[in-house]
Amino acid sequence: MTTGTLRLRKGSAVLSENGSLLGLVVLVVALTLLSGDFLTVTNLLNVGVQAAVTAILAFGQTYVIITSGIDLSVGAVAALSAVVLAWTATSHGMAWPLATGFALIVGIACGLVNGVLITYGKLPPFIATLAMQGVARGLGLVISQGSPIALPDSVSHLGDTIGSYLPVPVIVMLVMGVITAVVLNRTYSGRAMYAIGGNEEAARLSGIKVTRQKLITYALAGGFAAVAGIVLASRLASAQPQAAAGYELDAIAAVVIGGASLSGGKGKALGTFVGALILAVLRNGLNLLSVSAFWQQVVIGVVIALAVLLDTLRRRQAR
Amino acid sequence: MTEEILRVRGLRKRFPGVVALDGVDFDLRPGEVHVLLGENGAGKSTLIKMLSGAYHPDEGQIFVDGREAAIRTAEDAQRHGVATIYQEFNLVPQLTVAENLMLGRPPRRFGIVDKKAMYRHARELLDRVGVDADPRAPLESLGIARMQMVEIAKALGLRARVLIMDEPTAVLTTSEVERLFAIVRQLKRQGVAIVFITHHLEEIAQIGDRVTVLRDGASVAEVPADTPEDELVRLMVGRSIEQQYPRERSTQGAPLLEVRNLTREGVFEDVSFEVRAGEVVGLAGLVGAGRTEVVRAIFGADPYDSGEVLVDGRPLPRGKVTAAMEAGLGLVPEDRKGQGLVLGASIRENLGLVTMRRATKAGFVDRAGQAKAAARVAEQLGVRMSGLGQEVRTLSGGNQQKVVIGKWLLADAKVLILDEPTRGIDVGAKVEIYQLINSLTAGGHAVLMISSDLPEVLGMSDRVLVMARGRLTGELSAAEATQDSVMALAVGELEETA
Repeated sequence: MTTGTLRLRKGSAVLSENGSLLGLVVLVVALTLLSGDFLTVTNLLNVGVQAAVTAILAFGQTYVIITSGIDLSVGAVAALSAVVLAWTATSHGMAWPLATGFALIVGIACGLVNGVLITYGKLPPFIATLAMQGVARGLGLVISQGSPIALPDSVSHLGDTIGSYLPVPVIVMLVMGVITAVVLNRTYSGRAMYAIGGNEEAARLSGIKVTRQKLITYALAGGFAAVAGIVLASRLASAQPQAAAGYELDAIAAVVIGGASLSGGKGKALGTFVGALILAVLRNGLNLLSVSAFWQQVVIGVVIALAVLLDTLRRRQAR
Repeated sequence: MTEEILRVRGLRKRFPGVVALDGVDFDLRPGEVHVLLGENGAGKSTLIKMLSGAYHPDEGQIFVDGREAAIRTAEDAQRHGVATIYQEFNLVPQLTVAENLMLGRPPRRFGIVDKKAMYRHARELLDRVGVDADPRAPLESLGIARMQMVEIAKALGLRARVLIMDEPTAVLTTSEVERLFAIVRQLKRQGVAIVFITHHLEEIAQIGDRVTVLRDGASVAEVPADTPEDELVRLMVGRSIEQQYPRERSTQGAPLLEVRNLTREGVFEDVSFEVRAGEVVGLAGLVGAGRTEVVRAIFGADPYDSGEVLVDGRPLPRGKVTAAMEAGLGLVPEDRKGQGLVLGASIRENLGLVTMRRATKAGFVDRAGQAKAAARVAEQLGVRMSGLGQEVRTLSGGNQQKVVIGKWLLADAKVLILDEPTRGIDVGAKVEIYQLINSLTAGGHAVLMISSDLPEVLGMSDRVLVMARGRLTGELSAAEATQDSVMALAVGELEETA
């Protein structure tokens, strides 16, 4: 192999692995040129806050998609967890750390139920998590009796800023992102997820306990959904049973824009993060440019299709 | 001499980091069987993918009927009358035989599928290849041999004049191969030109007319099909292989694997045997005799109803792969791509799959240690690769198989079960795997090897077990085992009950 082809290969590898990053940079440059308000600290932190909930849901979704599954329940589970937090903290006077822990447990439990239905029940992930979406959304409505529950001050501080400029949701997003990167790259479960998504039978015959690892995967997705729900509620200072509806689709879009494959075995925390940022930057930029909310939906739809299309083309070229 | 139907001149193709084809010349006349011979990675697959429109050459020309043809898509290939039968069939198992034969172009009347015409036409096509199958039967009810015939019939339905067959005999039993050859001869008489790929040298003289040998992406020789086998091997590997089965017997120790009265209702019954340290036991039989099912049950991949499996004297729990692994069993499954490898993952990842659990402390995998171990084993096995990060998908069959075996070497499995370890891999890689088996048994490991390649079973085994219809029908020592004695046991019970 000549050095020329080697360099070429390295160059195209960097490009193909960070295609979404390139897209984000292009987007940021374009918006900076088009709007003077875009590249300001305040606006960028605002984008961060807007991205946080989607990104956290998407990190959880990344695990699932790597195992070649899908989780449609994360939005509803986020809302349920938030409602549980508000309900236990206000109606039952639970201390906020305890209430937060309880909300997390609810999210993890929902994920575990998904996992059990998928592994032991042999339901397709699409169906199992669609069912959970209904159940979690419904339970949230039942507990809250259909109306928002205000959060006690102690909890809504989570939506505040540290030192009056660093928003807590952004910090939580970054922490969850780092956790995801570490889990995927360094832990047994993370590596097992890639193997299961790449070839489940080969993974099983290599001694990976597929059932157990899938339970962990969906439990993680549920736990991340709970965190997202808490962040969302604290930003709004109330838990709304109808919150985060449709967010699961944004999360899936972020993961896929980030280069993961719905057929499994591929996906990265950084990619997902960039995917979530692309969605948030796009929404923010379109707002700054006063594009109507109706057209925004059209643009975002087109961007999702384009992102995945470009990725497919790149891979085909590599062939 | 008849006019050439297909001619290929100076084909070249580069992929990132590799030159897949480096100057291939090849021609094909109507009514001949032209064998393409070469080790895996020599460029056979790339060549046929170019002829069928899946890849485009960087340089060189393809002529059909003497005119230069641009085969850019599968449709182009079809228009030129070129059809390819891959090892993985392009068929839909859930549809009927007739629907598969006319996939995408069913006969229609007023826009509605004309079933009557479809079944009639299907019958004609099936008759042309002489296969006895009900056009209304779902394809999946057919079995692999007849599915292949359906694939051939489908190609004929598309008026194929050039039929490319990629290792058609790899999945067939001896009698099925005979039937396939009868069909091939019949097609020859009808003037169809056939490109035939096989790793079974003895088939070449039986069915071929000419042989083109590929080596390292280039065509190195064109010889008549009656060229002696050792000459073909020399052309193929560029050196002569001294001994095809270099088995070195080692001293045998205590039984490492004991199987007692293993039974799974309707699949296998009352299977008992043992494998000793330092021993290679061959498990022979026809495809479908239950051999794969037995070893999968031993390994815990499938359940069984009664009986017992002991490793090193200790019984194994039923249906637990992890327990079998911890006891020291390893399984190299017959379906390398479907069960042995994570194709989209790197060589490093695949080699580390089995040992990952052991390399984990407090949930964290020691990836540096894993990478180091993978590098050591890849080196030891001589895996030909651009680096440990290379996707396993892009390796040749022989190198893929080395990776599957390698993950068990890393785990230091005491008893290695090899299910068709050399299926579809080239002569050079085969010998490397045999030498690996030698070094394993020399180190006190035990090997249980399923193989449908009879010379391989005879050449490598210290003892041969034969299965037929889910039962062990015999056990032969290396001295007693001959092609005839093994085959008699393999078909014996079939004939009794027939």
